[in-house]
Parts: sequence; structure tokens; C-alpha cells
Amino acid sequence: MSGADMDRIRYQVMWDRLLSVVEEQAQTLMRTAFSTSSREAGDISAGVFDLHGQMLAQAVTGTPGHINSMARAVVHFLDVFPIHVMKDGDIYITNDPWKGTGHLHDFTVVTPTYRNGAMVALFACTSHVVDIGGVGMSPDGRQIYHEGLNVPIMPLAIEGEMNQWLLNLVRANVREPVQVEGDIYALAACNDTGARRLFAMMDEYGLDDLDALGRHIIEQSRTAITARINALPQGSWKHAMRIDGFEAPIDLVAELTISNGIIHVDYTGSSGTSDFGINCPMCYTEAYTAFGAKCVVAPEIPNNAGTLDAITVSAPDNTIVNAPHPCAVVARSTIGHMLPDVIFGCLHQALPDRVPAEGTSNLWNVKLGAGHGITKRTEHETTAFMLMSFHSGGAGARPRLDGLSATPYPSGVRNVPVEITEAITPIVVWRKELRTDSGGAGAQRGGLGQTMEITSREDAPFGIFASFERVLFPARGRDGAGAGATGRIRLASGKDLNNKGFQTIPAQERLIIEMPGGGGFGDPKARDPEAVAEDVRLGLVSPEAAARDYGVVEEDGEVD
Amino acid sequence: MNNGARLAIDIGGTFTDVVLEHGGGQDSLKLLTTPDAPERAVLEGVGDILRRSGVNASDVTLIIHGTTLATNALIERKGARTALVTTDGFRDSLEIAYEHRFEQYDLYMERPPPLIERDWRFTVPERIAADGSVLLALDEEALRALAADLGKTGVEAVAICFLHSYVNPDHERRAGEILAAALPGVGITLSAEVCPEIREYDRASTACANAYVQPMIAGYLNRLQDGLRSQGLSCPLLLMMSSGGVTTVETAVRLPIRLVESGPAGGAILARDIAKENDQDKILSFDMGGTTAKITLIDDFQPHIARSFEVARTHRFLKGSGLPLRIPVIDMVEIGAGGGSIADLDAMQRIRVGPESAGSVPGPACYGNGGVAPTVTDADTVLGRIDPARFAGGQVTLTPERAVDAINRDIGEALNIDTNIAAAGVSEIVDEHMANAARVHAIENGKDMVGRSLVAFGGAAPLHATRLADKLGIDRVIVPQGAGVGSAIGFLRAQISYEVVRTRYMDLREFDPIAVNGIYQDMRAEAESVVRLGAPDEALVETRSAFMRYRGQGHEIMVPVPVRVFGTDDGAALAGWFEAAYSALFSRTIPNLAVEALTWTLSLATDRPGVEMAPSIREQYHPDPLGQRKMFDPASGAWIEAAVHARADLRPGAVIQGPAVIVEDETTTLVTDGFGATVNALGQIVLTRMGAAG
Repeated sequence: MSGADMDRIRYQVMWDRLLSVVEEQAQTLMRTAFSTSSREAGDISAGVFDLHGQMLAQAVTGTPGHINSMARAVVHFLDVFPIHVMKDGDIYITNDPWKGTGHLHDFTVVTPTYRNGAMVALFACTSHVVDIGGVGMSPDGRQIYHEGLNVPIMPLAIEGEMNQWLLNLVRANVREPVQVEGDIYALAACNDTGARRLFAMMDEYGLDDLDALGRHIIEQSRTAITARINALPQGSWKHAMRIDGFEAPIDLVAELTISNGIIHVDYTGSSGTSDFGINCPMCYTEAYTAFGAKCVVAPEIPNNAGTLDAITVSAPDNTIVNAPHPCAVVARSTIGHMLPDVIFGCLHQALPDRVPAEGTSNLWNVKLGAGHGITKRTEHETTAFMLMSFHSGGAGARPRLDGLSATPYPSGVRNVPVEITEAITPIVVWRKELRTDSGGAGAQRGGLGQTMEITSREDAPFGIFASFERVLFPARGRDGAGAGATGRIRLASGKDLNNKGFQTIPAQERLIIEMPGGGGFGDPKARDPEAVAEDVRLGLVSPEAAARDYGVVEEDGEVD
Repeated sequence: MNNGARLAIDIGGTFTDVVLEHGGGQDSLKLLTTPDAPERAVLEGVGDILRRSGVNASDVTLIIHGTTLATNALIERKGARTALVTTDGFRDSLEIAYEHRFEQYDLYMERPPPLIERDWRFTVPERIAADGSVLLALDEEALRALAADLGKTGVEAVAICFLHSYVNPDHERRAGEILAAALPGVGITLSAEVCPEIREYDRASTACANAYVQPMIAGYLNRLQDGLRSQGLSCPLLLMMSSGGVTTVETAVRLPIRLVESGPAGGAILARDIAKENDQDKILSFDMGGTTAKITLIDDFQPHIARSFEVARTHRFLKGSGLPLRIPVIDMVEIGAGGGSIADLDAMQRIRVGPESAGSVPGPACYGNGGVAPTVTDADTVLGRIDPARFAGGQVTLTPERAVDAINRDIGEALNIDTNIAAAGVSEIVDEHMANAARVHAIENGKDMVGRSLVAFGGAAPLHATRLADKLGIDRVIVPQGAGVGSAIGFLRAQISYEVVRTRYMDLREFDPIAVNGIYQDMRAEAESVVRLGAPDEALVETRSAFMRYRGQGHEIMVPVPVRVFGTDDGAALAGWFEAAYSALFSRTIPNLAVEALTWTLSLATDRPGVEMAPSIREQYHPDPLGQRKMFDPASGAWIEAAVHARADLRPGAVIQGPAVIVEDETTTLVTDGFGATVNALGQIVLTRMGAAG
């Protein structure tokens, strides 16, 4: 009987345990978080690293935006504070968009972990805080300096003592000081949870360090993802997509090359930076590029140092996908969320029938507010509020499956219930319903968008911080299918609003938000007439659209 | 209530279990479930067991019944033709759900379809605001027109869910009256009655599920009662609920959704009493069957009650792939790990076990019924842990060669490792999955494994219990008697109870004692009206809790609150109790942050019948084994000799040293090297880690 055989099983069990450790770490963070994006949308991440800063395991959370970006962040920490200067009880922190995860709202916290006096691992985690000062979550800022407080890599705790000077500084610079401080404490606490679980595992298996286990994890993962990539067609494919942008439309252009066990994506040809906060730092571009490619090529291979270099990204300086300091970046997801669609456009040429059509992709989050500095004072007393509510249009149709309606991709957020929104703000949502005929026509239909109608209960004006895409350029279909409907933001009285930037809804007006639909897949005429009839029966497609787009006319219940 | 005989009936997907407790002891039998008319198996089983034990029908004083019928109707989508009536503008809440993908990387993910399709979802003009005021009056004319239309469709049930009905149910009540008058014989469910809680999707989902199963459950319970009466059983019939309490037929017909997961709840109740009998105040209840494993944490002899639950998960048991129900339910985690779980390799050449299961047809490879995929039972067979001739009481004869072939082909050869190591790997991985699920479940509830005992029942649990205990640092495992009918035995030990919930948002800095006292008074009255149906004269125990959070947080935590009238100063007291609970969960509190309460709960139950501790054993003895069996020892990588004992032959006081196996019809208890087994005065097998205290 070979001991090596048994070791192999032991390694696997410990690997599974490590994945469970980071899952527990992430759960702890989500359950103690304050900001809506962290707790409802899972906009957090958690991972464990070896002493070289190589990531061994990362929790699967609601956001792909931290894939690879958090892994690289730890290396930046070690550049500033090498292992030998760290001490037991130290905790380090940053929200530098270019060294962390792309905007100032994300804090990354790294905790070196000591067992029996020796450092055995580093735990890292990231979370989106409620506020970081500056202009807030609106892309109206012109430079990073407009967007709030920037904390370079520094200690959050030194040998067990919290850095009160830093916490004072943070509290003085943000709109919700207690909640932001609570979020920072939650980050520190979740790393402690991870460390406790890791120690229990090391005790059970009699491990003194993670070296051999780490090598095993990295090697197995690298071998697996390399094999997957080598099994794909080899070559280069190019694809471009035009999106609305802020001050001008933006072209996202990618060339995807599969060779030598690596997928490389080059964004040469993409538009230059924007004057507003929709620029995307390279780390965030990398995250969504890797996520899109992994969904197609290796969805079940966990993220770690072994998969980090399998999907590589390049982009010229000063482009919208590689925006340098001091560009404004707060709404970098405007670009990031669109990148998987561009990757899919390339991969569709190499792998027909594997990738979905274009979807709404960017979230249609409803960000509303009223109060000093936001809306003008009114005669009667009104309630000041800020609301961030997560919502989605339709996703792209898949080969063989319709697109999902009112469902995000690539983001993995959950919505905020209307009753919760109304309980904490003076807002009334009068309608939140699927939008008939918004799904792109196709053999597989695109997902439907939804319509929301909103007023103030106090008949007071309120502001909208718009950051919407697919208003000018729709989500396109594939292989002869139709595009999804474009989105629209308007007042019930008739006026259209801009898709980006702050605007005011006058008192007694009703705001109508019509979210886009996803693109279709394949020739609509090839859609099963029964499926079209079913869509008509359910009111997802109107009889007129069924006749026009699908050539299906229903008379007296008979499909013609 | 303890005089005379008592019957427990548990209808599962495959088997219907009947247990009779009478002066002479306890009898049980298993019959195949008769899905087309479930009462048939029940009535046959009841007749049989009465005859067999010589008990007269008239001597039976109580029947307690649990059933998976409601759960199965939801899983198989075989409920009533149901319509949803909701607020204008919200026709699609039920379908839009959380706007969420539960599987991050899966481009082909499909959400479970809504229980009620779009063309059966209707809206009427009306609107209540978040504070309960009326923004738009209910349009009764529109509703009457809708009722007339519905009357022509053959609708069998209607769920009504209006926005903010949890704070002001007037519109729902009025709509219910109008529809009931226009649609005689159609079951009507009001969301504010089933689930008076904030969050429109969860409330609608619960109300629709209730309406969907109601006609079927009502019809079944009526037929069952008639059948029981015609057999001379005129005693009360009580129904087991997901919360672990029992209730009357009347309440069950009104709120059938509370009957889901009653079987597992019975198991948890049994584990609770075993905890008491063994004086173990921290228990991990571990029920592993053919397809899934269920893990429940029980502290201080009280299973933790959660407020929400997901039924009919469609995708790898993943959170989010089922239908949310907001009902009181014994908090448990269920994962796809059972004897029939299939093992294969993933892209990284790692062994993966479950959640796909070979089920009972075709079953594991060693059944020889056409199954070829290697399963956990195959691995246990290869390792010599199961006697091929005695599996399931000899009903299935196992072919170990098929198990060896399957494990070797799919795991051993692919990894180029020895077959026995491959089988040990499969067993180890499934144990690891269960241990990880238990740990994550514990952390979600702010609990840990320190000082816990494990109670193992279900066909596969006693085989895997000691290794699970190793992984969780647990030193004691208890295997009850009659593990195969554990849920039904648990029913007999449940209390008559009812849980009520109300949402009432409150910033504790502006604590309103009059409002809170009023809420609790209402809830007490509602709970009492239900509990008194089944327990007219008994003493009742009330417990309360509030769900609170720091202002700005999204998740509330449960905080026990005392049963008394609150005064103006109690806002601070509530905040203090919250901070204590928060600190227990997350090891820290956050200074200077306001605390808010959202939801208030009240539970009313009959006093629990006293549970006696198992008397101590005066005399120990070392029974002679039936024989020896070769078992593979993963630690040493060698085959070792293990003693084989028949459980039926063991008397209280028996002491058995590992390695050994104790076989019985329904399961096999594996006594690994590091454990010793004793049989206590109640016939339970207690496995204790060598060297561990007590």
C-alpha cells in the first residue's frame, strides 16, 4: 500500500477544507456588513494566501470584480510590508483603486496569521463600504480626488492595537462614519475567523506549514486549466462592441488569442479614457475578463495562484480599460460589466453554440436621494434620504435556452425588496413588472427587462444618480437574432432623462425606468411556434411582435 | 395524555412508518407509501399494528401524523390550479424573485419556474403604504369582475398577496371576503395570515405554496379522518409541523404549508430527547439516508427554530435554487450526501461525491440492479463495513465484486491508485463534505462544535458517524434504537405548539412599549386560539424573540426576549440583549450604533413531557462476537480483523472495543479503532472516543 496514494486523498481533503475555511470567512463578512452592496449583493471577497503571497483559495461570492484583483493586491501589500517586518497582531489595509479592486469604496484588509510563533498564512478580504466621501456613488467626478478618501497601504493594527489615527481620519471623511468603521471592523474580524478555522485544520492534520499543500493546489489547478485551454481551438479572434458611455459612445475592442495553454486578451483599439467616473483600472478589467473567459472554459476550477496566469490581459495606457491615476473610477463597473460580452463575441467565433448573446450586462441600480445639497428646499418639510437599490434588465439568450429575465450577468447581485425600500425611504414604487417585447427575438429569446415607476410619497422632488447603459446601443443578438430593447428613463409627463449623471425629478412627477432586454440567439423564424404562442399567451411577447418578428399568427388558439 | 396507547404515522416518499406506543412497549412497521391515496397505506398499517400488538382501537388516545405530501406536491408541481391576486403593478414579483443567479459561473443556469404561471397571476388596483396608511383604496368592482372571470376557469385555490399587508391586512381581508363569496369551495389564502412579514417575494411565495397544496391536503386529511373513524379510532388526530410542534387538523387545513419537512422535524425532536436521556446539552443531530444528509444543532435541549426555509431545490441543493417559504422551521442543513451519492472525478482529478444520487433505482453498483456508477454504499462495501448478506435486513443482497469494479473503473484506475484507497477516498470525501456543511451551518448560527455529542440515525449515518466525529472534534456518538423509524418516534415526543410572527419596524431609541405590548397580546391570543384546540386544559409555556440588527445592516439576528409587559425604558434593555446576542455570534459589538427591531415572534407550547435520564448501568459485560470480518483501515492502509455483533443480541451493559461492527436490519454501526461502544439502559449504542473524558 502506498503512502503516496493516501497523501493524495489527504491533500484533496485539506484542499476542500481550505475552500470551506474561506467560505466561512466570507459568510462572516457578509453577515456583519453594513453597505447594501456587501450584504445584499455579496460585493465582498475572502481568501487565504501562502507566505509568498500566492492565493491558495478564494470564496465564491456575488462579485467577479475581485477575481485575480484581490490575489494581486496581496503582492502589493508584501511589496510595502515584506513578511519579515510583519508581526503577530498586525493588520494592513488599503482602498487604492489601482492596488486593490478598482475604486475607493472597496477596502482590502490583509492579516498575517501566526501559529506557535511562526507566520503560516495571510488572510485577505475585500468589502464595499457605504460611503467614502467625495461626490458619492455618482460618476460625476472628474478626478480620483473628487471621489473621496484614498488610504494607501498602511497598518490598520500594529501588534494587536488598532490604528485609531487612521480610524479617526476615515470617520472624519465619510458620510456614514459609524457604519464605515463597522465595515472595517467586520473585515478584520472575518480574517480572524479564517485563521481560527485554518489552525483547527493544521492541528487535525499535524501540519506545520502550508508549503506542500499549496504546491499541490497550485499544480493541480494549473494542470487542469492548461488542459482545458489546450483542448480549445487555437488562434486569434477579434470583436468590438459599442456602448453608450458618458460624454460620448465608447468602443470596446478585444483580440482574444488561445495558444500554449494561455488565453490572452488584448484591448488595443478600445476608446480612450472618459472625463467622468466610468473609467476602469487594469485590475478590474482583468477581473471581468478572466471571469467571462472562465465561465466558458473552466467554470468549476477554483480561483487560485494556479489559475491566475492562465488568462492574461493587456491594454494600451490611457484607454478606458486601463485608466491611470488620477482618472475618476467610481463607476468602473460601467465598463467592467460589459467585458464578458466582448470576450463572448471573440469566443463565439472559435466555439459556436457555447456563449450567450449580449445582455443588459450593466446593472440598472436605482440610486435616488433627497436633502441638503441634492434637492432644492421645498415649502413643506421633507425627508432626506439616500437609496441604492439593485436591479437588472434582461440577460442574453443562450444556445438552446432563452435568456433570463430581470437577472444580472456578469454581476451576481440580489435585488432589494420594494417593501424594504419603501420602509426606509419616502419612495413609492407603483410598478415593477416585466417589460413585454423587450427580449430580443430569436430561436432563443433574449431575457426581458422590467419597468419600474416611482414617486415620492411626500410629493417632494428627489434626485436620480443615473449610471445606465444600453440606452443608445442595445444588446445585440447572435446568428440572425434580434437585439434586446434599449432602456429608457423618463418622466410620466413625457420628458426623457439622460442615461448618466445626476438629475432631479420634480415634485408630483412620476419617474419611469424601462430596463433593457437581452439579445436573442439564432433566427427568430426558427423558433418553435409553440414557444412563440406560449410567450404570447403569457404576455411576454405581444401578438403584433409575434407576427412581425417570428411570423407566428395565432387565431382562435391555433398556431399558424 | 400518556395513558393508553398512542400512534405515530410518518409518510415519506418511499415508506410509510407506523409506530405504536402502548403499555407493553413500542411496536413499529414499515409499508410502501401509496402515492395515489396515501391514506390507504396508513389505514392498512394502523390495522396491522393494532392486530399484531393486541391493542384495541378504542384504547388509542392520540394519533400524531407527519407527512411529506405537501413537500412532494411542491417538488413534483402536482398541486391545485392556483391563481394569485396581487397589487396592480406587481404581477411579476413572484417570477422576478430576487433577480439573482444562484450559480455564479454557470451560463446555462435556470431559475426554478414560479409556482403560478403569469397567466394565472392577476392584479387589482389598491395600495397600502409602508406605514399601513391607504394610498389607493381597494377597487372592489375590479375584484368582483375578476372573481366572475376566475369562476369560469375552474380555479381550485387563490392566494392573495398585497404590498405591505403585513402592516395593514385590511385590503387582503376584504378581497378574501369578496372572492370567497363569489367562488364557493375555492380555498383562499391571505399572505398576511400565512406570513405577516416584510419582503413581498418571500411572502407571496409562501402564500402561493400554501394555496397550491391546500385542496390536496384538506381532501387527504378528511379521507384519513373518515378512515380512522371507520376503524374505530375516534381519538384526536394531530399533525406534525416543520417547527417540531404538533397542531390540529383544523389548523393544518388552514395552513398546510407548515406541514412541510415534518419528517426531519420528528428526527430532530427524537435527537433532542436522546440528548436529555444522555444528559448532553450540546448535540449535533446527523441523519444520513440514501440521497441526503441532514444536520441539526441542538443546544440546551431546544432545536434552533429558523423563520425561513427553501423547499424543492432544483440544482445541486444550492441555496437559491428552490422556493422560499417563510415559516417556522427547525433549522437544519441538508446536503446531497447519502449512501446512493455518486462518486466521480472533477477537472482537477479530485474525487467528487454527490449530490447526484443513484437513488434506490438503479441504486448503487453493488445492488446489481443495473447501477454502474460507484456510490458511497459501494465504497463502504469495498472497505468491508457492510455485510453483503444482511444489507437492509437481507432484502437486498449486495454483490461486492460490482462495487470493486465500479470504484476501480471510475476512481482507482483514473487516479492510478489502489482500489481500497480509492474507496477510502470516496468515504473520506463524503465525510469531509458533511463536516464542512456542519461547520458552515454552525458559523451561520454563531455556534461551534466544542463539547458536542453526535446523534446518528438513518440508514447510512451510523457507518459514517465516528469519522464525522473525528473531523468535528466530537468525542461521543449515540445511535438510538429504531433508527429506521426515528421520525415517527420523534412525533410521539413533540409538544402541541404554535408560532406567530409580526413585522413592526422600530428604532429602539424611539421604543414604543404600547405598540410592542399590543403586538404580543395579539400574538398570544392568536397562538392560544390554535393551541387550545388540541390542548384545552394544559399548562402552556410562552417564549418570545425579536429579530434585530444594527441600523443600516441587512441581516437581523434572533434575540430571545422575556415574557413580560414592556415599559418605556425597555428600549435600552432590548438593545442590551441584542448586543449580547450579537457579540455571541460575531465576537464583537459596534460602539455608538443604533439598534432596530423588525420582527417579533411568539411561540406557545404545552409543557414538555418530562424526559428521564437513562438509568446507569450496574453491570457491564463483554459480549461474544458473532464472528470476524475483514475491514480496510485507511489509517494504516492494511486489512484488519473486526468483530461482528448483532444489535438484537446486545443487552444493556454490553461493552465492545473497536474495531467492530454492530449490525441490525436497518443499519450498521461502525466502531472504529479509536472508539469504544457501550449499550446503555435504553438500548442506545454510545460510542466514546478512547482517552476522552467521560
